[in-house]
Parts: sequence; structure tokens; C-alpha cells
Amino acid sequence: MTNSPQPEPAALLHIDWTRCDGRGLCTELLPELLARDEWGYPLARTGSAAGSAAERSDIAIPPALRGAAADAVALCPRQALKLTSR
Amino acid sequence: MDAALWAFGRGTGVVSLVALTVTVLLGILTRSGRPLPGLPRFSITLVHRNVALVACAFVVLHVVLLFFDSFAQLTVLDFVVPFFGSFLPFWQGLGTVAVDLLIAIIVTALLRNRLGLRTFRVVHWLTYALWPIALAHAIGNGTDGTSVWFLWLAGLSTLAVLAAVAWRVSARFVEFRSVRTGQLS
Amino acid sequence: MTVAELTGTARLFRAGSPTFAAHHAVYGSLPSVTAPDAPDALIDELRRSGLEGRGGAGFPVWRKLASVLANSSVLADSSGLANSSVLANSSALANSAGRGSSQRQPVVIGNGADGEPLSHKDETLLRQAPHLVLDGLLLCQAVVRASDVSLYVGAASAAAVRLAIAERPDALHVRVLIAPEDFVSGEATAVANAFEHGVSVPRDHIVHLSQSGVKKRPTLVQNVETLAQLALIARFGAEWFRSVGTASEPGTRLVTVSGDVGTPQLLEVAGGTSLRRIVDACAPLDEMPRAVLVGGYHGGWVPGDRLDSALSREALAPFGAAPGAGVIFVLGSGRCGLESAGAIADYLASQSARQCGPCINGLPAMASVLGSLAARSRDPRLPGELARLADLVTGRGSCSHPDGTARFVLSSLRAFETDVRAHLTGRCEVHGA
Ligand code: SF4
Ligand code: SF4
Repeated sequence: MTNSPQPEPAALLHIDWTRCDGRGLCTELLPELLARDEWGYPLARTGSAAGSAAERSDIAIPPALRGAAADAVALCPRQALKLTSR
Repeated sequence: MDAALWAFGRGTGVVSLVALTVTVLLGILTRSGRPLPGLPRFSITLVHRNVALVACAFVVLHVVLLFFDSFAQLTVLDFVVPFFGSFLPFWQGLGTVAVDLLIAIIVTALLRNRLGLRTFRVVHWLTYALWPIALAHAIGNGTDGTSVWFLWLAGLSTLAVLAAVAWRVSARFVEFRSVRTGQLS
Repeated sequence: MTVAELTGTARLFRAGSPTFAAHHAVYGSLPSVTAPDAPDALIDELRRSGLEGRGGAGFPVWRKLASVLANSSVLADSSGLANSSVLANSSALANSAGRGSSQRQPVVIGNGADGEPLSHKDETLLRQAPHLVLDGLLLCQAVVRASDVSLYVGAASAAAVRLAIAERPDALHVRVLIAPEDFVSGEATAVANAFEHGVSVPRDHIVHLSQSGVKKRPTLVQNVETLAQLALIARFGAEWFRSVGTASEPGTRLVTVSGDVGTPQLLEVAGGTSLRRIVDACAPLDEMPRAVLVGGYHGGWVPGDRLDSALSREALAPFGAAPGAGVIFVLGSGRCGLESAGAIADYLASQSARQCGPCINGLPAMASVLGSLAARSRDPRLPGELARLADLVTGRGSCSHPDGTARFVLSSLRAFETDVRAHLTGRCEVHGA
């Protein structure tokens, strides 16, 4: 487990890859955190393979983006997103 | 008074049909995962949902208004059980079927995140039955059903929906399909 | 497959026969864990032994057990669990009784699926020493007070396992489930999925299986070699276990050696043994192989001139490899590393469970770039593209298949660096111009 240097991230946005179909709603709602890869699937802007691969499936959500993340969870057409805390 | 009710009943029916058509088109657009110029994907989803709710509201108005209309002679039963009406039972029954389908689709859509993806999807597919049934009801049952302006409207709507469906089943429908090597079930 | 040992390391196959009589004659009876403090004592013994999982991930065994134990609500009646009739009753009860407590009843699964096509250790162990595995399974069951106990095994070992179960009354309740021969079918969440839904593909998880696995119950999935080692530690203790191997790689481990060797075989070796010794024990076809793949298809290549490296986590880390499930594949000096790597990458891409976008799309993309490199396409951007794709897929699947494949591909770029350079100019060390 990798610990982020910030004082404990409030929430994590978990991507269930078995469900996500890369429809890109989440990337529009959270452009600060998510880009799209060449196939359209969400790609965390933070965390890289070298550093912390886990952060690419569980993306730390700063408090200011909590609302947008909740919208993404509600609107994801594949119900692939979950807000968790850990 | 009766004449006003009748006019309202017809008007709301036509508006419902138009709103349903727009909903179907937006729904197909949502499924493709593509945005419109100036309208991002999540907005399309939201507009799709809101237009659907507007359509519902008009359907409710349509049904309630006609309930008070003496000519149509509807009973409460006719709203849920099709084909027992006294006036044009078949065409009116199609309307009832459409209302039943609409209720199922809307309820499962609103509870989507609780019901799970599969239930939502299966029921949502019924939209493809709902729309032609509603259209047939409008043509067969409506006073304006065979008037020229309405037939124009119905024809254009049908063309639009058919075109959208043809796009829906085409190979390049989903954004990124051309670069993806696999498909999710 | 033949089994051999390096001097003084024979532990797991000492019974010499799969019968219970032979097993009992050599190892004696299964120690009892019915005393109230016995489970904790065993967990403590395992902690001191330093035993880590032998299925690939190498997670400390005691920690998994402790976690499952902590996550299962302690049931009032836990006495006599090592007794089969009580167990049969308690599992029947758990299945029929109210939801509240039975849902937290832990599940114990011995994983003998050998997902790696190059690995035969689980199958061989189950066929030749099934009772050691069953011992370990029953001990785990007693420690976490599970009602459901199963073995997940390849088709080739099922008969031997059923025979062994029929031989001993204390194991009659152990269920056997056949694993398909897919690469990812042995992944822990795939195992849980197999038991719950009958499909052996990995699934999404936000909490560990030890907290919520099969039907949301705390689930312990333990590799069969781990179980056999556990059964030995329960009998002879942590000190004994650590008397072989090194401080960081205690005990013995099974390795399957294949490739360009005269005698491909299963070896039981001390932890930390040098790769050289292991390869030499199998009559390698040439003095210095081109490279040795360690840890299986999700592992990494160790170049032929670095075989002095130990089979240990620290020594293998620089190569992107780990002992993992003990797969060692020798690539002879007459073979092109990039061609072999390309073929493996193709296989790995074909083994994606086709559930997660980045895995479905990214793995074939990597395989095709590696294929172009192997085919000596003169495009200087290929290595960079491969590295980019490897980074892109890592961490973006529901199981570690993309991560493992990326690791393998990157390791191939590193280990065969000179070949990469030659190929980019249209030449090949093995095949010439
Ligand atoms: S909104 Fe859902 S389906 Fe679309 S890209 Fe995001 S997670 Fe995937
Ligand atoms: S990452 Fe790949 S292999 Fe793993 S579950 Fe997803 S699609 Fe299957």
C-alpha cells in the first residue's frame, strides 16, 4: 500500500474495470483527475505505473471535487464507479 | 368545457409523442458515448433524463384529462388493463400498453443505481417497443391521427428514429470502436 | 513429472507414496488445534517461521489467517472442529440456519490451479503428497473455524485428490472443484468467483477476500504448496522450518524447471539457492543460456551471465522478477530472446479474461509491438512505444494480469537490450542478417 503524502485523502473513487465501458462521463465531470486513454477509458492523472499502480483504480478525491465525484458515480452509465474511503 | 378538455387531451398527447421521440434519440446518443457540439456527455445523459420526465408529465396530463372527458368514457381500469375500452378499444388499448411500459421503464430508470445494471438494461430495452406502440396509438386513436400535419410529424419522427436505430446497430456506433480490439459483454 | 531434491532439502515428498499410510508413517498424526489457545499459537508459529504464500504473490501466511479470523464473528460453538462428524453437522447448520451468523462463517479454499502453463508443482504435489495438503487445509479450517472447505484443482490432479479424501474420515467434507486451464483462473478473486458463480474469471474487489469473499464471507485462499508447508510447520515448528534456506527466504520451495534443459523437472530447493545450481541440476543444454525466465510469465528474465543470482526477492528485484510460483524457464543460447518473449506476450494477451478495457486493448497492443520488434521492423520508436503501453495498462485492471504482462514485457526489453538494438538495424544475433 502506498501512502500519499497529503494528510489522508478524504475519499477514493474506485473504478470497476469489469464494468467500465469507457463512455467518458466521469472524465468530463472530473477533468482535473481523469484523462482518457487512447481507447476512451478513464486514466488517472496522478499515480503512474512506476509509483503507485493502485492509485489508478482508486483515485484520491480532494474535498473540493467530492460533489463532482458523487455526480460521476450517479451518472456513470455502467455503474462502474464507487466512492470509498480508506 | 368538454371541447376545451378534448383539445387539451389531444394536445398533450401530441406533445408526449414528440417528447418521447426526442428522448429516444437522446438515449441512443447517450449509448454511443459521443458528445454534441457544446453539449458534453453528462449533459446529454441529463437532458435525456429530463426530456423523458417531461414526456411522462405530459402523458399523465393526457391520461388524466381524458379521464374527465365524457366522450372517451374511460374507466380507471382502462389506464392499466388494455383493450377493454368502449371507444376504439384496440387503438386505445395500445395507449394503455404504452403507459404500462412507460411506468416500468421510468421506475427502473429512476432506481437504476439500486436495481443493478442488468434489470435496468433489460427493462430499458422495452423502449424500442414503447415508441412504435405509442405512435400507432396516436395515429389510430387520435382525432388528428390521420390529418396531414400529424402524418407529416409522425413520418418525420419515424424517419429520425429509424435513422438513429440504424446508426445504433452499425459497426462504428460506439465512440472508440474503431480503435478498440475487444468488446465488453 | 519427475521430482528431485537438491541435497538435504527433501521435505514435501518424503512419504514417497500418495497413500495415507505412507504419509502417516513419515509425518505422524495431524497435530490437534482444538485447545482454545491453539489457533493463536499456530498463527504465531507461522509468523515466526516467515512462511509466505507460494502461489505467486508471496503474502505472509500468518497475516492472511489472522485477518480471516478477525473478520469472522466468533461463533459460540467451535469445539471439536477437527472432528469430521461435528464438521458435517456444523456446515449443514450453517447452510440452513439464519443469515446473521452463517454469513460470517469463513470459507477456506486450497488453490491448486497452477494457472501458469509452465508450472506443474501444484499438480505434482496433489498427486504425490495430497495428504500433506489436506493436513494444511484442515489446520486452516480449524484455526479460522470455517464450515466450508474446498480444494480447487486442475483436472489432472482431481482423481488423486478424491482418492486421498476418501482415505481419511477427517477430510470427507472437503469439496473438490475443477479449475479450467486458463492463465487467470487461479487468481484469488477468480477462485472465489468460481465457487460463488461457477465462472473462473477475476472480479472487482474493493476489500480483500479475507474480509469479503465467497458470498461475502471471509475467505481464505491458500496455495496448496503453502498448505503443505504449513502442515509441516504445525508439526515441527518454526525453528525447524527456518533451518533450511536463508533468513529472508526460509524453508524450501518447489520450482518447476523447463525449457532448454536435458531434464525438465520439479525440484524442491532451499530458499535463496542460486539460479546456477538449480539450472545445473537439470542438465542445461548449453554452458551459458541466453537468459532464464524466473517467476513465470508474469516474472522477469535474468540474463545468462547473471545466474549467480539467488532465488530470492531481493536478488531478483533488479530484474523485475520474484520467486513467485517457482517457475524457471531456461532459454538456450541458440534462441532469439525477442521471438520467445513475443510468443509469450501473444499468449498473455490471449489469456485476458476480456473484462477490462485497458487489458483487452492494451495487451494485444503490447504483443503486437513486441512482435514487430521480434520481426526486425526498423522503427526506432518501437521500444519507447512498448514502454509507454506497459505503463498505460499497469494498475488498470481488476486483477494483476495487465501489471504482470507489463512487467514481463519491460523485463524483456531490458534483458534483451542488445538484441533490441540489433533487431532495429535489421540484424539478429541468432538468425543473422
Ligand atoms: S463514466 Fe463509467 S463507464 Fe464511463 S468511463 Fe467513467 S467509469 Fe467508465
Ligand atoms: S485485468 Fe484482464 S485478465 Fe484481469 S480481470 Fe480484467 S480483463 Fe480479466
